[in-house]
Amino acid sequence: MNQEKLAVYEVFVRSARGLDHIHVGSLHAESPDHALMYARDVYIRRSEGVSIWVVEQTNITASKEEDIAQFVEPMDDKDYRHATHFVLPDEVNNM
Amino acid sequence: MITNTNTNTEILTRFVMSLADDSLVLGQRLTELCSSAPYLEEDLAISNVALDYIGRASMFYKYAAELTGEGSTEDSLAFFRDERQYTNLLINELPNGDFAFTLLKQYYIDVFNCLYLEQLSQSSDQTLSAIALKTLKESRYHLKRSIPWIRQLAGGTEESLHRLELAIEELHSFIGEMFVMSDWETQLSNDGIAVDRASLQSLWEEQVSTLFKECALNYSQTEIKIKGGRDGIHTEHLGHLLTELQFIQRSHPGLEW
Repeated sequence: MNQEKLAVYEVFVRSARGLDHIHVGSLHAESPDHALMYARDVYIRRSEGVSIWVVEQTNITASKEEDIAQFVEPMDDKDYRHATHFVLPDEVNNM
Repeated sequence: MITNTNTNTEILTRFVMSLADDSLVLGQRLTELCSSAPYLEEDLAISNVALDYIGRASMFYKYAAELTGEGSTEDSLAFFRDERQYTNLLINELPNGDFAFTLLKQYYIDVFNCLYLEQLSQSSDQTLSAIALKTLKESRYHLKRSIPWIRQLAGGTEESLHRLELAIEELHSFIGEMFVMSDWETQLSNDGIAVDRASLQSLWEEQVSTLFKECALNYSQTEIKIKGGRDGIHTEHLGHLLTELQFIQRSHPGLEW
């Protein structure tokens, strides 16, 4: 079987109820159903999770390395976007 | 009904052992795919199924050893019985063949085991019903895994369809045996301990023929062609499998990891 023909799926696992799904890795599969079962066998067979999402990699729109300049750097010099930038009056010290 | 307690224990032991043999032989067969499945993900998945079966065998052998007494253990039962003493159904010992054959064989066994374990979970024998309840969940997962593979192979390429059709033809001879009861099993099934496998046939055929129809595969009626596993009469394949399984314990009895 030709592995190059298989789609790549990204796998997200929720480790316990109430927590978020966290990206844990990726795998090859024939179909979303297979991907889900492989994810079960690869990532949670030692009871590491209670729920799995699989997403075909091509369905993810991702930021690019070269976007960093426009995406992230403009935020660096805007301290006022952080709560710690503001000095609180003593009366609300425990906020 | 007047029953002889000694005879019953003996038959019960034989029955438990046959279930253990089914699981061990299939488990051992599937472990051959560890590191040689078509790709990494399938390798892990199918080895996982193999491990489920080895675990299942361990539970049945432990119970069989308990019933046998005389110092027997799960290991002594697995490693020091010969081919003719193994009473697994023949479909479990068949070589893996190509991927279509492996998966079709697995699909047939999965459908069978889901039906079988559902019934066994109603057994009047508490230990057997507990093992059945636990392992039924595994078999339901195995079936969930094998069904899409049949769809995939049937609707894949010309080559995959062709290989699946060859597998259907080749496996046909081994289906009938799954539903043939030995006399000693019938006695246990009348006592509410064992499962009447014959009664599962129509349900099995209904499920398989429905999937085949959906996949435009030819389904031919079950015939009883080859049997004998439950009576210790095997294909030429079991001896080789046992040789590989048993040789270390036979060469170095009692060797531990």
